[in-house]
Amino acid sequence: MREITYRQALNEALDEEMARDEKVFLMGEDIAIYGGAYGVTAGLLNKYGEDRVRDTPISEAAIVGTGLGAALLGYRPVVEIMYIDFIGLCMDQLNNQVAKIRYMFGGKCTVPLTIRTEGGAGRTLGAHHSQSLEAWLMHIPGIKVVMPATPVDAKGLLKSSIRDNNPVVFIEHKMLYNTKGPVPDGEYLTPIGKAEIKRHGNDITILTYSRMLLFSLQAAEILEKEGISVEVVDLRTLLPLDRETIRKSVMKTNRVVIVEEDTKTAGAGAEIGMTVIEECFDYLDAPIKRIAGADVPMPKAPNLEKLAIPSVESIVEGIMEVMK
Amino acid sequence: MYEPSKEEAARLLRQMMEIRQFEDKIMELLAKNIAEGGSHLYAGMEAVAVGVISSLNPDDYITSTHRGHGHAIAKDGDLNALMAEILGKKTGVCKGKGGSLHLADLNKGNLGANGIVAGGLGIATGAALALKMSKSSKIVVCFFGDGALNNGITHECMNMASLWKLPVLYLCENNLYAMSVSIFRACSVKDFKKRAAAYDMPAEVVDGMDVLAVKEAATKWIEYVRNGNGPCLLVCNTYRYYGHSRSDPRVYRTKEEEKFYKEKDPIPNFAKICIQKGWLTEHEVKQIEASVTKAIEEATEYAIKSPLPDPEELYTDLYV
Repeated sequence: MREITYRQALNEALDEEMARDEKVFLMGEDIAIYGGAYGVTAGLLNKYGEDRVRDTPISEAAIVGTGLGAALLGYRPVVEIMYIDFIGLCMDQLNNQVAKIRYMFGGKCTVPLTIRTEGGAGRTLGAHHSQSLEAWLMHIPGIKVVMPATPVDAKGLLKSSIRDNNPVVFIEHKMLYNTKGPVPDGEYLTPIGKAEIKRHGNDITILTYSRMLLFSLQAAEILEKEGISVEVVDLRTLLPLDRETIRKSVMKTNRVVIVEEDTKTAGAGAEIGMTVIEECFDYLDAPIKRIAGADVPMPKAPNLEKLAIPSVESIVEGIMEVMK
Repeated sequence: MYEPSKEEAARLLRQMMEIRQFEDKIMELLAKNIAEGGSHLYAGMEAVAVGVISSLNPDDYITSTHRGHGHAIAKDGDLNALMAEILGKKTGVCKGKGGSLHLADLNKGNLGANGIVAGGLGIATGAALALKMSKSSKIVVCFFGDGALNNGITHECMNMASLWKLPVLYLCENNLYAMSVSIFRACSVKDFKKRAAAYDMPAEVVDGMDVLAVKEAATKWIEYVRNGNGPCLLVCNTYRYYGHSRSDPRVYRTKEEEKFYKEKDPIPNFAKICIQKGWLTEHEVKQIEASVTKAIEEATEYAIKSPLPDPEELYTDLYV
């Protein structure tokens, strides 16, 4: 199978959906002429014109708000918030308008809006360009939260998000854009709300998502040599969580480590861990462990930045502890 | 001055009376604890909603505000379903899940009231973007209060709409107070039409207690927007007769000021003009009033008798 980057996979998803449905259009800061801060929308302006690939002023609230207005009238806008760190600027639109409008209006409207954004540490950009804020979003009923880790999932999930009649926040990771992986030719969709077991194992389950999947797979490789068989579950969607896949894996391995890049306190892992307890507490042979980001603003210094998020080493160590 | 036909004059008067009596009834229901929670009442401001919305085509869109009953009624809202919604009933226009702050009827072009000040700006501007992209001749009127002028998204949206020449009329209902804080204590620029200059769009200020003045200005600016000239700002100076909400003792304004605006009451003043001009007889005015009273009584009874939503409704309508 051909191998393409995560960036190319996303670009193909946008391109294919725009070609398929003229109601799909893109809007965001620096997405048109510049091609997006991370190059995801490159080339689309030339192909689809500035009506459908729209550079906006730096107005995050208006980007999301107008995306909602256009969605209510039958368009399928894909709006981009350049960094998830900027989501505070449009959180009212997202939380109070986008997420609630269908429910508040008694189901009499649909909001087929996709909000693409990107997060995570790794480029030593400091506290305003490195955050993982998915837990904020998981707390909002009415939206879906998708976080793909691989090129194949990035493409299939973005296409599904655009076709979904619900609002979807689609969170990419800045350190994944250049990663490569096999992506089939032609049309396919990856379902939202379905986790995938990326590595099968018997002794312990890692529940993870986004870039931490890559670290977790490397850790699993190392632990294999120590005689520990690790199952790695890529959650892919954080809202709604795939409770069934989580339950089945935990019932098989009886041990759980959650690997997440966001800050630990009230982070995504807290919800994931509680889900494990609700679903299959009786099957646990050891306490659930969270390997998570440090509860600090992301520091600039490269050594501190590395310390502030999980590493392959910290995952290996954490699992060894649980296996003791 | 705008000269309505006899039928149009009757319609304008009737709608204003519907809004006033609807609001007076809700105040009564709140006092009797039949209506729970709160409600922001539109009484006093009727000439704005009626003057503007009667100048639109039925398939044009509006976005409304936290004080949205008047807009909903003027946008051909069903009195029964609106009253039922305010009481949180199953038969409400939003199935009892929205309430006073979230009255919406997309089939009638009402994209919704909003519990967040300036919450409708993004929706209105985005709807206008959709209309422009689909080369529609419809337009959007975005209602908001003086308080919304000082919220960030207002600036973002007006800039964007003017930049892209979107078909949206920004309609500022200046009732002098954002809850308790007067425009003189909240706005660095008191003459609101100056705000439009920042976005290179035209603006006009009009007496929002005079339905014909509102209608004349609205007709002109709706045509301007419909013709593809981009957005504009129409400021209607008006006054709300009740407090901000049910618990408001109105300590921030004087009895003299309230009396001044009471004398400018858009409904009796317009009725007087109708009689003077021979558009309606005194008898016809009384007939309209009595028929409105009957409709409001019926809506109230309908709402009170309607059941609450079924418990299963808690989790419906969240996702498609």
